[in-house]
Amino acid sequence: MTAPQTSPPQAPAQAPTPVRSAQRRALTSTDVLTAVLVLVLLARPLLSRVADGAAVRTWATVFVAICVQALPFLVLGVLLSAAIAVFVPAAFFARALPRSPAAAVPVAGIAGAVLPGCECSSVPVARGLMARGVAPPAALAFLLSAPAINPVVLVATSVAFPGRPEVVLARFLASLGTAVVVGWVWARFGRSEWFADRRGPDLSGVGRWEAFRISMRHDFVHAGGFLVVGGITAAMLNVVVPRSILDAVGSSEWLSVLALGALAVVLAICSEADAFVAASLTQFSLTARLAFMVVGPTVDVKLVALQSGTFGRRFVVRFAPLTFVVAIAGSLLAGGWLL
Amino acid sequence: MNRDTESLLLLLLGGAALRICADDTFLRYVKGWTRPYLLLAGAVLVVLALLSLWREHTTPRPGRSRRLRDGPPRPATGPAPGPACEAAAEVDPALALPESGGAERSESHADHGGPRVAWLLLLPVFAIFLVAPPALGSYAAARGSNTIAQPAESEFAPLPAGDPVTTTLSDYATRAIWDQGRSLAGRRVRLVGFVTPRPGGGLYVSRIVITCCAADARPVKIAVTGDTPSLAADTWIEVVGTYGGTDSSAGKSAQVPVINADSVRSVRSPSEPYES
Repeated sequence: MTAPQTSPPQAPAQAPTPVRSAQRRALTSTDVLTAVLVLVLLARPLLSRVADGAAVRTWATVFVAICVQALPFLVLGVLLSAAIAVFVPAAFFARALPRSPAAAVPVAGIAGAVLPGCECSSVPVARGLMARGVAPPAALAFLLSAPAINPVVLVATSVAFPGRPEVVLARFLASLGTAVVVGWVWARFGRSEWFADRRGPDLSGVGRWEAFRISMRHDFVHAGGFLVVGGITAAMLNVVVPRSILDAVGSSEWLSVLALGALAVVLAICSEADAFVAASLTQFSLTARLAFMVVGPTVDVKLVALQSGTFGRRFVVRFAPLTFVVAIAGSLLAGGWLL
Repeated sequence: MNRDTESLLLLLLGGAALRICADDTFLRYVKGWTRPYLLLAGAVLVVLALLSLWREHTTPRPGRSRRLRDGPPRPATGPAPGPACEAAAEVDPALALPESGGAERSESHADHGGPRVAWLLLLPVFAIFLVAPPALGSYAAARGSNTIAQPAESEFAPLPAGDPVTTTLSDYATRAIWDQGRSLAGRRVRLVGFVTPRPGGGLYVSRIVITCCAADARPVKIAVTGDTPSLAADTWIEVVGTYGGTDSSAGKSAQVPVINADSVRSVRSPSEPYES
């Protein structure tokens, strides 16, 4: 939001009539919220009639499911991010990570293994790391590797592909490789002005716990809206895109790797569940299914929405395509070698 | 968006998470094991929201004027915060009147007012409280193809004792496709699922399999042959019958197991609609 202009003494043209009187308080967003709540409650019968069609109902179920499923991870993410911002001294990361970005990237990528969350938590955490002075390439490597190579995801993968430990290994290597390569490319070509200037909340003059509370609410409100955007999109694509188009590409290896990569972007499945979906796509080669699991945690519609809200649109139009290409290449390499 | 609105949104969202966990509603969207995490997340949001409302209405911060105002109507879901509802709530810049000191006050918050997109947080809240979308059913089952992953062991344990023996649809389909139905032969099997109309007449008994949430749904459909009554889509049924081979008319990658039904009757929907 932009800082307000100093208004002339007359009420601005767009001010609605109720606030004309200087004695009365201005209309706040809380009033708007109250009005919206009352209106929606009144319109409730209409709403349930709209939600009557099978496709709309399926969309609504998938949408709510994505939001509900992401909620604990987003809360975990903003908790960690606020904790990093408030309780971890800035000097800690300077000491923990190598000075040069080229060396810090792989260290941060491997550090991703310790955050047992999915992609929704890693976005706010990466932002918190950058705010604490971690170089963007290293924070981005962490952002990409954390949802893909943490123990929960690797165990889920081994359960989904029983008796095939090479799939777990290929996923680990391809995901870590993608994170590190993207980090290095960013260290070489990335520009700081691509990041939207999103200052955190003003924490001067407040106690630690108060600062923790303020940053947590700030981060959640900022990320939450974009998560909903991602949920709307993913649910829509989930319902609209017919699965039968997948059968058409199953025969060509190259095409099927790209198709399953694209499917991962479209479906926006949580990284802890994607291995089970990949396992059920039996008509495709293992390499194509590996691409599904490597692309999914790093680029998908929900994540792109979340990233553009956190880092800005100029960032995401460069970062997401770069990640997609590197992830596909990484899957082809790891798949060709191990599977 | 001012701080009060941000806090109220968090309160509504946290309340929605707690609401669906209060009964079995959450099972329509996610797996049962997510309940403690959802409860925790909901509780964190509610506490954060109430704490914020309380702190910001009782602790004056420097540079902010305090004024009493009539308590605005609060949504019924949240308790009214402290008695003095002061206008710490910053004024929306576009609507600010210069007289009210709005310029100075909103300037101090302008950099951390919530973004407009945060209003979308109301959507899941409305969807949960007002619509409460049902569990995925025949529409989703009809769209997806029946793909059954290869199981860990190539040896199939015999079905447990019982006549008829109750199995999950996934187990039945896995045995049908990866064991060529050998471990199903000669047994009467009971399956519970919902009706999905079969193209060209007849019906499937079907179930949706999810791992985390309804976004990763995969259908399992079993064609029911024999004397089947005509039932509406999404009716929950119990089918008792014997293994009837597979139908690969939809292509090799989408083989559909068949059950020769002795009896089909409608039953109540289970509390956990999905298989895992």
